[in-house]
Amino acid sequence: MATVTFFVVAVLAVASALGLILKRNPIHGALFLVINLACVAVLYLSLGAEFLAAAQVIVYAGAIMVLFVFAIMVLIPGKEETGPDPRRAVRLLALPVGALLFVQLAMIVRPRDARVPPPPAGGSAESLGTLLFTDYLFPFELTSVLLLAAMVGVLVLARRRPS
Amino acid sequence: MEHLALDALAAFILLNAVIGMVTYVTLLERKFAARMQSRIGPYRVGPHGLLQPIADALKLMMKEDIVPRAADRWVYNLAPIVFLIPCVLIFATIPFAPRLGLADLNIGVLFFLAVSSLEIVGLFMGGWGSNNKYALLSAMRAVNQIISYDLPFVFAALIPVVLAGSLQMSAIVAAQQGLWFVAYPVIGQLGFVAFLVATLAAENRVPFDILEAESELVAGFRVEYSGMKFAIIQLGEYAHMIASSFLGALLFLGGWLGPGSDIPAIGVLWFLLKAMLVFLVVTWVRWSFVRIRVDQILAVSWKLLLPATLGLLLVTAFWVALRGGAGA
Amino acid sequence: MSEYLAVAIFAAFIVAFGVVSIGVAWLLRPARPDAVKLENYECGAEPIGSAWVQFPVGFYLVALVFIVFDALAVFVIPWALVVRTAGLGAFWVMAAFIAIVMLGWVYAYREGVLEWK
Repeated sequence: MATVTFFVVAVLAVASALGLILKRNPIHGALFLVINLACVAVLYLSLGAEFLAAAQVIVYAGAIMVLFVFAIMVLIPGKEETGPDPRRAVRLLALPVGALLFVQLAMIVRPRDARVPPPPAGGSAESLGTLLFTDYLFPFELTSVLLLAAMVGVLVLARRRPS
Repeated sequence: MEHLALDALAAFILLNAVIGMVTYVTLLERKFAARMQSRIGPYRVGPHGLLQPIADALKLMMKEDIVPRAADRWVYNLAPIVFLIPCVLIFATIPFAPRLGLADLNIGVLFFLAVSSLEIVGLFMGGWGSNNKYALLSAMRAVNQIISYDLPFVFAALIPVVLAGSLQMSAIVAAQQGLWFVAYPVIGQLGFVAFLVATLAAENRVPFDILEAESELVAGFRVEYSGMKFAIIQLGEYAHMIASSFLGALLFLGGWLGPGSDIPAIGVLWFLLKAMLVFLVVTWVRWSFVRIRVDQILAVSWKLLLPATLGLLLVTAFWVALRGGAGA
Repeated sequence: MSEYLAVAIFAAFIVAFGVVSIGVAWLLRPARPDAVKLENYECGAEPIGSAWVQFPVGFYLVALVFIVFDALAVFVIPWALVVRTAGLGAFWVMAAFIAIVMLGWVYAYREGVLEWK
């Protein structure tokens, strides 16, 4: 049952990711991203990480919404983005960098041990909260500074400059 | 296998219950609104208009379904169903009496919040896919609404979670055995009011109905929809509204608790009564107030409601931590 | 995790309901399209151009701030769950966390970002 779910969802996830990349219409791309994120949430669920699945849906639903807003503000949605690529050289660089990233990922994900140990505390919100306020207190507190930096940074960068 | 069949049966019953409830809540609202305006409302179809919702459903089914030539056909046609899924799916985790619900998840409240946040996807698909200016403006206003009221909604809904120490719906009700959360001095009442305001906005109802403002945007994101697709969008909206009413009754009004609620049937009745009370308060607001402006919506939420709900949550947590520490 | 199976079945039923009801309506309803009927609706006026144009969104900065607060909410949820048992220590940790993030809110407020433009 779990294996079947995994393969169905995994195929769907990869297909929607391809759709996201290959569609030239930005709104269609964003909609494929929704499917993709939903698939990832289901994968989290099948691993027993209910909190992570729900958190992912909450945060990314907001993010997708903002993506919609920007697609309408910055691009012309409904029209395809075509024409010569102004940054071809930079994008060619993406290929080796992407390959490197893939190798790294493969090295991490490679099963080191056939018997995967169960997660120390499970994926429930309670155990996560307890861990957050005991073992990971400092990184957790530091996250607030990260969020603050993100907020201030984005406001400084995205504001319309008075001209 | 038997387990699977049981689940399927439960899901089937729940779906029908939701659809039945939505159908008749529309009649309740129309009757209530009519009374507020000294009218009698639907009266002709069946005794006291009791068959009106069924007549409406049949009529919408027989209506021509028009897809504008300029629309993005795929997005336009899929939108009603994509919209319907989160709106009805949130009922999955609501227990109507002890152990009478589809799935009493560990993360019940969180599931409700997460799934209902997906509503915007279907709404945006409808608004953008129609290629209609009113519809697109409406979809953008919907985004404005959500970035304004989603956070206060989450923080207000977390107040009972802090009080109960659980995200599970049944545990939250159990924690109100002695005293409903709405009766907790100051915290309960302010939290309930914040929850109601945020729900009102989340349901896009007056005074937060800028995205379907009849006088400027006609019907908003669903202006191009007709026939059954329109009916499905309406169904989704009302389902979301009733689900939020149930959530409010469960989080603050003690769910199915009440005299005689040891018997499940009476518990269900209590729960339904409280949920309808929340729904009628929302309806009462709808028919009494005027629409507020787009910029006011943003200001009220970000300058007042967001810090207020966060502060309230912190106060609640302080109190709970103080007492919890002393008790343990 | 077996509860989620019931949720999945429910979701499937919802989709089935939507598809079947639209399908039945497709069998019952008339279909007489014509050129005027298929125009986009603009209260009777002939639409000029497509709705798919670039236009400014008055609240895009707030939308960006929203995502940060969304992330804050995700941290608050597990805390809300355990603060009862974890006691005052956890409370002060989260109070500091929220205070730091709210500094950003104060900045946004002072800069007039929370205003509709």
